[in-house]
Amino acid sequence: MKKIRLLVFSCMLVAGIQAQDMTPLVQKVRAKIEQVKDYVAVGTMKTDVSFIKAPIGKVKVYFKKPDLFSIKKEGGISLLPKGGVSINMSSLMATTSFVALSAGEAVVDGIKTRVVKLLPMNENSEVILTTLYIQEATLLVLKAVTSTRENGTYEMTMQYGAYQQYGLPDKVIFSFNTKDYKLPKGITLEFEEETKPLTEAEKIKNRKGRVEINYSAFTINQGLADAVFKK
Amino acid sequence: MQPLVKITALTKQFGHLTAVDHLSFSVEPASVYGFLGQNGAGKSTTIRMLTGLIMPTSGEIEIFGLSLAKHKKEILQQIGAVIEKPDVYQYLSAYDNLQLFARLSGIRPTRVSLMDQLAQVGLADRAKDKVAGFSQGMKQRLGIAIALVHQPQLIILDEPTNGLDPQGIADIRHLIIHLRTEMKKTVIVSSHLLSEIEQVATQLLIIHKGKKVKEGNASELFDPAKTVVQLSTEQNETAWAVLQNSAWQPYLERITPEGIILKVDRRQIPALHQSLVQLQIPLISLQPRHSLEDYFLQVTTPGYVDTLSN
Amino acid sequence: MWTLFQIEVYKIFRRPRTYIAFAAITGLIGIIQFGLKLDGEQYVEFMMRDITSSITIEGNILNGYQVCYIVLQVLLVHVPLLIALVAADMISGEANMGTLRLLLTKPISRDAFLVAKFMATMVYTLLLLIWLAILALFLNMLIFGTDDLFLLKSSYIVLLRENDIFWRYCGAFAFAALAMSTVAALGFLLSLFANNSIGPIVATMSIIVFLTILSTLNIPLFSYVKPYLFTTHMIGWKEFFDIKVNASNEALSGTIQHPMRIVQSAMVLLTHIVLFLLISIWVFRKKDILS
Repeated sequence: MKKIRLLVFSCMLVAGIQAQDMTPLVQKVRAKIEQVKDYVAVGTMKTDVSFIKAPIGKVKVYFKKPDLFSIKKEGGISLLPKGGVSINMSSLMATTSFVALSAGEAVVDGIKTRVVKLLPMNENSEVILTTLYIQEATLLVLKAVTSTRENGTYEMTMQYGAYQQYGLPDKVIFSFNTKDYKLPKGITLEFEEETKPLTEAEKIKNRKGRVEINYSAFTINQGLADAVFKK
Repeated sequence: MQPLVKITALTKQFGHLTAVDHLSFSVEPASVYGFLGQNGAGKSTTIRMLTGLIMPTSGEIEIFGLSLAKHKKEILQQIGAVIEKPDVYQYLSAYDNLQLFARLSGIRPTRVSLMDQLAQVGLADRAKDKVAGFSQGMKQRLGIAIALVHQPQLIILDEPTNGLDPQGIADIRHLIIHLRTEMKKTVIVSSHLLSEIEQVATQLLIIHKGKKVKEGNASELFDPAKTVVQLSTEQNETAWAVLQNSAWQPYLERITPEGIILKVDRRQIPALHQSLVQLQIPLISLQPRHSLEDYFLQVTTPGYVDTLSN
Repeated sequence: MWTLFQIEVYKIFRRPRTYIAFAAITGLIGIIQFGLKLDGEQYVEFMMRDITSSITIEGNILNGYQVCYIVLQVLLVHVPLLIALVAADMISGEANMGTLRLLLTKPISRDAFLVAKFMATMVYTLLLLIWLAILALFLNMLIFGTDDLFLLKSSYIVLLRENDIFWRYCGAFAFAALAMSTVAALGFLLSLFANNSIGPIVATMSIIVFLTILSTLNIPLFSYVKPYLFTTHMIGWKEFFDIKVNASNEALSGTIQHPMRIVQSAMVLLTHIVLFLLISIWVFRKKDILS
């Protein structure tokens, strides 16, 4: 058993070394994204975590190069995956020092994509590894999976529409892992009631959280003060 | 004349205890009906049944010719009662209490009339004071003002002199006489003291252990021809023997450790006193009592009865 | 009847005892407000410590709506004592003072007297809750402002939009009024059986504590009786703060997760109130006034 695992690991390593350098593709994608110096987007945000009942809320999203990013809800309370808020395409590629390796091809939402592993050179980077699923023809990232040091792994799926020439999506879905949520009824002052215990499959499903942002309009490159990003 | 109150075979049982046992009596209009009995004799229970506070186990109560069980509201409209202590709302003033109970009695008197009522019981200057600071006598007077505020036909006073000073007792006595003679009201008054009742009552009922033991007109019951005299001498037995051989022999009743009991006409007492001196009986005291009082004590004081039987 | 009712309400509000409850509520809410105003952030952090490890919450969590919910959660458990203080004294207090026998020698029907007293008790209960609403809801809305309401339930979290909250509080207070009326009706019934108010007050609280324990315990044996205990339904006001979600787990504003539970709980409470009142009337009709 141990031997087999060792073999598989070696194969992967070899494949990795031989992998094609994807830096030019990533640079192209980056160049496309970098057309946008700043934007203000309006849209709706939906938090879909099994243990959270939240309505769809209107949000305003602000971005300014290089990595200022903020989601604001006017006056309300917003729930976002921890640390995941600031993760967007621009911030993923903000750093120039990375190694981009091809990891083959994959199909995302019926579209063939090139899979690129992005490894930051900086050892102290919060992001350990990012996997991008890039549609080569349009230079759009359809999916990104980011592993972070502190906040686990996020998955981001993007759908493009009106603003695809800027590399800006119409819809972004963050997926992230959540911990189980449970408070003693003594604290919440509720009475016990009979509830069916969850099956294992449900439990696993319950640990996945999603935040979905649907953008309705972008105002691009109109200039944005830094003050907007201050809390 | 139809009686104002007619009680027939009234009985009240509390569990195994029979508090009132087949009691029957009637009260004439414009009379003062004295209701006499020691504590626990069933006076209060009877009075509470008369005012609808306690449901009779059996028997009939008719007041103003109506059955209390069926016409309670109409009857109570014409009754004013002070039962036991005159308890009112301590956190309200005398005026507020009077007004509140007047409204409950179905009337809305004017301020002037309420103040007038308070003045009649001597509380006009304390009208706005909270009752909490009142003396027992003041509370009693307020209680009576409340009982009278709606001009009832029948006034029921349960032990009205309890806890009062001599002046207060005298005031109540005058009030009862005033109610009957001047205002032509009917009053039922209960007490465990004969001395209180005898001065005001026109009719009298003695109850003991829930049963009627004596009923009648006060003038008959307090007949001076039926006076009991208790003689206390240095040597009662010797005196008893001397009296047996005297003209007073027919009047001798009995001898008790307290003295010799004779039954005489009140008017004979001076002559009796003279004879005792002549017979050289060393007299310590001579106490005349109504035969009714003697009787009352006999039926209501267990100790007293015991001495009799000895 | 109307006169009797007026007199009873007048009596209630002329008694110093009545204002103990109002003062107690004012004091308690004042302390909670003071504490949360001063140290609210820490309290929120403490409450949120479990979920902030995976979720970032942004916004004014400790707003007036949140403070009101905290106040209700803490206070509604104790308000029954304040209700009992007056309700359980309604008849027994009169008996103790000796005024009951004076009252009942007046030309009033016992039924009318009892119903008037009962209604006055309900008025007291309602006014107490209105006072609670003024302090807990409106005052907190003024002090802490309004925003979305973020609620931690035992197995999930509910986020209610600001414009979807006020009506829920109206419903919750109405329901709380019903729950407290049940307590009042129980206290009122018990007040018939004693000539001093301490006994009925203690008895009312004991029954509530006892039944609440039964309602809380998750023992199968008790689960058969639990649905019939009024204490099980007294926290039904919380149902107003649970929201329905659609298939994609999106909360639907203006909905209640289990509206039928509220209706059922309200029915159980109402049944108790009617039952307690009917028993009171029946007992009082036969009662010998010996005080």
